[in-house]
Amino acid sequence: MRTDGIAAALAHVERLDGLARADSLAGRLDPRAKLATTLAFLVTVASYGRYQVTALLPLALFPVAILTLGDVPLAPILIRVALVSPLAILVGIFNPILDPSPIGSLGPFVITAGWASFASILVRFALSVSAALLLVATTGLDAVCAALSRFRVPRVLVVQLLFLYRYLFVLFGEVSRTLRAYALRSPSHPVPRVREAGALLGQVLLRTLSRAQRVHAAMLCRGFDGELRLRRPLRARSADVAFVVTWFAFFALSRAFDLPRLLGNAVAGAVR
Amino acid sequence: MSHHLVSLSDVVFDYPDGTPALRGVSFAIHHGESVGLVGANGAGKSTILLHLAGVLLPRSGEVRVGDWPVTPKTLAQVRRSLGFVFQDPDDQLFSPSVGDDVAFGPLNLGLPDDVVEERVVYALERAGATALRPRPPYRLSGGEKRAAAIASVLSMSPDVLVMDEPSAGLDPAARRRLIGLLRSFEHTKVVATHDLDLVLEVCARTIVLRDGRVAADGPTASIFSDEALLSDCHLEKPLRLQSCPRCGPR
Repeated sequence: MRTDGIAAALAHVERLDGLARADSLAGRLDPRAKLATTLAFLVTVASYGRYQVTALLPLALFPVAILTLGDVPLAPILIRVALVSPLAILVGIFNPILDPSPIGSLGPFVITAGWASFASILVRFALSVSAALLLVATTGLDAVCAALSRFRVPRVLVVQLLFLYRYLFVLFGEVSRTLRAYALRSPSHPVPRVREAGALLGQVLLRTLSRAQRVHAAMLCRGFDGELRLRRPLRARSADVAFVVTWFAFFALSRAFDLPRLLGNAVAGAVR
Repeated sequence: MSHHLVSLSDVVFDYPDGTPALRGVSFAIHHGESVGLVGANGAGKSTILLHLAGVLLPRSGEVRVGDWPVTPKTLAQVRRSLGFVFQDPDDQLFSPSVGDDVAFGPLNLGLPDDVVEERVVYALERAGATALRPRPPYRLSGGEKRAAAIASVLSMSPDVLVMDEPSAGLDPAARRRLIGLLRSFEHTKVVATHDLDLVLEVCARTIVLRDGRVAADGPTASIFSDEALLSDCHLEKPLRLQSCPRCGPR
């Protein structure tokens, strides 16, 4: 049944926190160092030209390094990247049709601008998503949020992010229970039709609202005044500084020079 | 200081759609008392609890907690002395770890870090939840969530513990542990529940509600032996007071 499929998908998307060993090298780094480096990584990835593919590849060193330093299992990260990949495919899928001008060749194959930009989108997507996932896996979203608030990100946003993460699965649970209840009483149409979907969605929204009110009431009862006080003593050590400096230098280097091409030329020169 | 810790005088409240919820409720609870609030669905149990915490405010009448009338201006003081355990622990536990959640209240009180830490350790220990401290709330069992939710209000050192359906959704062993826990608290307790056997074990006094009014208020043993009252209020004798189906009437 479809709702079971949703439940199974949910089980896959389970929490990222705790994937990395807390006592791993990456786990011990200051959350601010990891957050700043990951942000710099994302900006670097986004800054490449739309047809650049190979020049991006050295950047994969960053997620690979975090994966290794954090003892993070590879499979859960890959599954999550795959789960959200349809989005990236959707964004770029028409590029090969819309932009068929040739820009190079790979042996007998002509590479068109469309295919290059499509590949570039996929590579950037894989790099960005895996880096973001690894940040949460090695740091925990609460520590990421503590770091965000130290970076003076507005408190409302930080609190919303924390709550989204905490209640995402409670809400998914409500959606999947609603769909199951529907499917059990509608054996011939287990998937809601459009006109019923509106009512179901309305139900879920109302339940979400009343849960939000209960959560808020529970918070008020414990003295909540709009400020979420996280107890996360953040201490930057020299290792954190070294981490940030090294990676920033590496990102700048990869952005300034096309490392794979330089390497290729060097190897070709040596062979000659 | 008032000798009544909690009191309602002629409290009237209507829901926003106009449905009357409380139609003149009055009672007073003294220091150290343990009171069961029972009644049919919709009798007004949860509404009364929400009034105690100032989440709802009466249309007329007065609610007092400790020295304070519950009004928008006194909410901070009222909530400092009242610990509210919600029916669904998922509504109450929103922090990334149980330890953070237990620290949430004391941090909001503006206590220094070392006092917060003392409070957290004490509350977790009292609720039998010390081992749960580093765990994320969404990975706990129903009984563990309940214990964590109780710890999260104990850390505020409340004078009054208010609980909405504390035994709902618990397995028999977890429910038994909860009863032991509640009996061990010397706090003033107000417990709204359908679990009359729990009331029998935990509360010396029972208030029965019917259609937004107090139908009876007295010692639990005498209330629960009044079968006419119970059936009139959609309740039935706790199982422990009923005759055994195998041995016959008591």
